Amino acid sequence: MVLKKRKAYVDQNDCVACGCCIKVCPLSAIQIVKGITARVDFSKCVGCGKCAKECPASVITIQEVEA
Amino acid sequence: MKKCAGVKKHWYDYLWIVSLAYLVLGFFNILFAWLGLLCFFIPLIIAIAGGGKAYCNRYCGRGQLFGLLGGKFGLSRKKDVPNWMKSKWFRYGFLIFFFIMFFQMLWNTYLVFDGAQNLRQVVTLLWTFKVPWHWAHHTTNIAPWAAQFAFGFYSVMLTSTILGFITMIFCKPRSWCVYCPMGTMTQLISKAKNGKNNI
Repeated sequence: MVLKKRKAYVDQNDCVACGCCIKVCPLSAIQIVKGITARVDFSKCVGCGKCAKECPASVITIQEVEA
Repeated sequence: MKKCAGVKKHWYDYLWIVSLAYLVLGFFNILFAWLGLLCFFIPLIIAIAGGGKAYCNRYCGRGQLFGLLGGKFGLSRKKDVPNWMKSKWFRYGFLIFFFIMFFQMLWNTYLVFDGAQNLRQVVTLLWTFKVPWHWAHHTTNIAPWAAQFAFGFYSVMLTSTILGFITMIFCKPRSWCVYCPMGTMTQLISKAKNGKNNI
């Protein structure tokens, strides 16, 4: 059996780096890198989807990856 | 138990009060509009100094206000913004348009300074509709150009608030952040300083 985990993915081409995602992440797993784009720390992200729901540009998606 | 660091409240999470106060004060005395320059210079200075988009990320009271009204107060449909709105064409195009209208406002200020034009006590909404605003102009010992700039700048601030409010209702609460000219500009500065591929 293949274990799968949910993680947040940011479309860095369309990210406006507003930082709305940072504020709602309960695990501080997302940050804005150099004012350019959001980046997810996969070791912390549990794929709860709060950032995806909050993102005003809707550039964050929750995807399943193999654990 | 480990505390959720991401949702802890800070002093800067209440800057929406300042943004709201700014809009209200401009209704009573137009000269308060000058304070809006802070919303222009602070993000630019932070971005140029290498602080990236810290202003958007933490200190933008307007974004917080939309987040509050659209989130807690439920005034937003919370739907995705259309793809064209987050396209670079639209974001950069809106930035250029915003710049042109801003310089037109500065030109009007110059014309009043030069004496070629009289002070117009109106607030121009959505760059089109001239709304009488004479009750907010009291002092007579202030230079007419300074008052003209205040009317012009307040027009810019109120117009962007209205646009942000409309997209807040139809899209996500902070959809203004997607096409905010200051946000686009500070992101461009950050890209120029760091290189897009250097992240």
